[in-house]
Order: sequence, then structure tokens, then C-alpha cells
Amino acid sequence: MSADGFALRVVDLHKSFDKLEVLRGIDLEVDEHEVVCLIGASGSGKSTLLRCVNLLEPIDRGQIVIEGEDVTVRGLDVNRIRQRVGIVFQAFNLFPHMTVLRNVTLGPTEALGISKGEARELSLELLGRFGLADKRDDYPDRLSGGQQQRVAIVRALAMKPVIMLLDEVTSALDPELVAEVLNVIRELAAGGMTMIIATHEMGFARDIAHRICFLDEGVILEEGTPEQIFSQPSQERTQRFLQSIIEAGRM
Amino acid sequence: MTGGGGSPELYQYQPGDPRLPDEPRTSRILGPGSEGGKGVAIALVSTVVVLGLIVWAVTSSPNWPEVKQAFFDPEEFKRAFPDVARAFVRNVQYFLIAEVFILAWALVLAVMRSLQGPVFFPLRALAIVYTDLFRGIPTVLVVYLLGFGIPSLGLPGVPSGAAFWGVVGLILSYSAYVAEVYRAGIESVHPSQAAAARSLGLSRAKTLRFVIIPQAVRRVIPPLLNDFIGLQKDTALVAFVVAIPEAFKQGQIFQAADFNFTPLLAVALMFLLVTVPLTRVTDWLLERQRRRRQAGAVV
Repeated sequence: MSADGFALRVVDLHKSFDKLEVLRGIDLEVDEHEVVCLIGASGSGKSTLLRCVNLLEPIDRGQIVIEGEDVTVRGLDVNRIRQRVGIVFQAFNLFPHMTVLRNVTLGPTEALGISKGEARELSLELLGRFGLADKRDDYPDRLSGGQQQRVAIVRALAMKPVIMLLDEVTSALDPELVAEVLNVIRELAAGGMTMIIATHEMGFARDIAHRICFLDEGVILEEGTPEQIFSQPSQERTQRFLQSIIEAGRM
Repeated sequence: MTGGGGSPELYQYQPGDPRLPDEPRTSRILGPGSEGGKGVAIALVSTVVVLGLIVWAVTSSPNWPEVKQAFFDPEEFKRAFPDVARAFVRNVQYFLIAEVFILAWALVLAVMRSLQGPVFFPLRALAIVYTDLFRGIPTVLVVYLLGFGIPSLGLPGVPSGAAFWGVVGLILSYSAYVAEVYRAGIESVHPSQAAAARSLGLSRAKTLRFVIIPQAVRRVIPPLLNDFIGLQKDTALVAFVVAIPEAFKQGQIFQAADFNFTPLLAVALMFLLVTVPLTRVTDWLLERQRRRRQAGAVV
């Protein structure tokens, strides 16, 4: 249990790219074992928020606290923080010159300093659990998109993170490959993994999330349980967003 | 931003629209003339005819006998070739030794130049000045300066071999070119690869070592081979400073003694024996890389 009782706490987070203010004061608290889904249109700031939490983007203002530790203070060892925060990207970003197994063991051996044998054992166990044991010696370009994304999830899990950030992990997949990836995430949720999931899969979000946050123009405009957000959203913009999703046949 | 919003409808071409081609483009369909066997036969005949014409034109020109005597004297060739070939072993040695150091030193330069952040400004600046300097000076001048200059100082504890310093000159000069090739490779690796590595908690150095550089080097192997070819040829520059002859110098010795240029043609032949196969390998690698990229695979 962390000092403040939260796995993650984001306070008044601001982030600009040049003159474009992408995040305009985000406040978010995530309990341990909680699954939070971020929904909202493209450009609303979902991805940027996740990248900020992983310290891949420097922030302009605000505070990010992971397990009670303020990770936005100067002079902090960002590598140590990133080891505890797993992120999975939309485009997988697997290392194409490494086998599946090496993709997974790289972090544990080189960042955590775990012995090769131990890392291998841990990685094989994880790959096996997610149905990828027979792919361990393949290179990523031999795998389907769904398999690649599952490997990317396993790669993040091998670091034994305290929280997982999933950034539209099914958006680059062919429709028939989406389910296998979503099932992996369901399994993680069932195992009590704390997660923040940016997604366009509304049905999935409704099933899996303990809480839904609707992002609009860089702020969390509305948040609540899936029932609240999907059945009776209070904000007019949330209603319009969900309406457009329904019209697009994605719900 | 809100989702939805109607997209403009696609324009539908009606049959008979003047912007459509009138008929199927049958000219693109391969005709019988493209059959393999016939094509080879035509190429063969046309090559023989063209070559024959060139040989006839050259040998029947009024000054051919003098040219032949000065450049293509078979007796002179036989006399000079064994020594030239033996001396060429030194060129290969220079090449191999220089290449190892060039590959390593150039990588250091390229990494120095790709370092980010104000702390690394001096290293970055140093790498930039170095490449500007050595790419801007003719290689022959660098070889000459080091090969004659440093041994003449007679510094204690410093090697005084002219060949040694000549090769050092090649290393310094070629490293600048190769560093630029490496840098292009490093910059061609998509930033998302670095993001993925850093997100696992890998340091900058380890990200470079395990993720960026292996991919960068793979991509620049064909252009690196191009520089190999250039270097192999430029080992002849060491001829300007050495006492123990390499191939070019050996050829010059024969040429000066016999007043005949045929030995230098023997030297040229030795270089071609190495550079032509290297060129073919480079072309083959480039072609393979192009095909793979078209197939959508990551190189």
C-alpha cells in the first residue's frame, strides 16, 4: 500500500506542444487494482496524458504521484520510475531486430539487472500464459498484428509494473484481431492489475472499466461509472461524443 | 473536436467520361518478344557487334601501334605482374587494418553527434568540426601530411613508419565520411523505437546500444560497402609516402625504369579484381533491401 493510498495521482497537469495546449489541467486519481478507461475524440489528450505519466513527455505544470512518490520533481531517476510504469503503444513498437523472447527479456536484464536465466524463465512463463510460447524464436514481422500487440503487452508485464498504461492498443489492428488483445487485457484486469486504458472500443470500456473518464480539449470533462457515462451522461459534449460513436456503429 | 461530420462523397466516373482511357491498355501486356531465350540471344549478338565495332575502331586508328606499345605491351605485363600482385597484398593489408579502425572510430563520432542535451554540446561540436574538417580536406593531403610530416619530427615513443602514418591518414579521413553514413542510419530509426526502449526503463546509452545502433547499422550496410570500395582504391594514396612499395608504387617503379605504362595497367587490374566484386555485392544488398521495403517488412 502506498503512502497516499493511490496507485497514481495526477494533479492539475498541463502540457503544451509549442503553442498548442494539449492538457489543460488534468486531475485524476487511480486506486490500486482499479481499471480506468479514457474516452474522447482524437486529439482530446488521451495519449499525451499516458505519455506524461510514463515521463516520456516533460510536463509544463502540475504533479504526478506514483505510489505516493512525486515523480515530477527535478533530478529524479526517470529510468527507475519507468520500470514501474508499463506502457503499451498503438503501433506495438516491438524491436524488429530481436526475437520475441529477446524483446521480452531486454527490459528485465538490462534495466532491472535480473540474470539472463531468470529473465528467460519469467518471460517464457508470461509468453506461455498468453499463448505465445511457440512464437518465442520468431521475429516480430512474422507475427500477426494481434500477436505483436500481445507480445508488446507481455514485454511491459515482464517489468512487473505497478500500473499499466494502454494507449489505444487495438486501433492499429484488423477487426478480427481485436478480440484476442482485448481478452488479454480482461485477464489482466481480472488479475487485479491497475490500468489506465485509452480506447475507442466503447463496448469493451463498458465491460472492463471501474470508471470512465471523458476527455475533451485537454480536461476530464466528466467521469463516473460506466453506467453513468454510457446511460445518462450529464454533459452535453459527452452526449454528443457518444451519439457520434453510436452513429459510426462502434457501440 | 467532435467526432462524426459528413465526409464529401466520392466522385463517380460515368462510362464514356473523357477522362477515362478509351480502351484497355493492351500495350502493357507482354508480347512474345519478351520470352527469355530469345531475349538472351538478342543481347548476346548485339553485345558482340558493339564490342567488335569498338575494338575495330580503336585498333584501326593511325596511332594505335604507339598506344599499344606504351599501355598494352604483353611482355612488359608478364614482367611486372608478379611483383605488382605481391605488392598489392600490402594494399589489402592497409585496407583491412584501416577499415577496422574506421568502423569503430566513425561509430564513436556518429554517437557523439547524436547526443542530446546541453551537457553534451562540446562533444557534439567536436564531432561536427571533425567531420567538416576531414571531409573538406583531400584525402591525399592528409596522407601526405601525416606520412611525411610526423616521421620527420622524430618524436620519441611515436611510431615513425611512413606506411603507419599514411594508414592513419586514411583512417582519419574516411572516418568522417563513414560517421555521416552511420548518422543517417541512426536518424532513420523511428523515434517510437527509442520511446519503447526508454519506457522499459532503459537508459539512453542502453537504448542506443541495444535498440538504435543495431537497427541503424543494418540499414547502412550497402552505403558502408560503397565507402569500403572507395577506401580500397585510396590505399594507393599511401604510395606517395612509403619507401616499401605497395602496388601503385611498384607499378611506378617499373614504369620509370622501362618507360612503359603497362605495369600501371596491371595495378589497375589488381584493384578491379577487388572492387568489381565488392560493387556487385553492394548492388545486390541494395536491391534486396529495396525489395524487402516494398514487401512491407522492416529492414
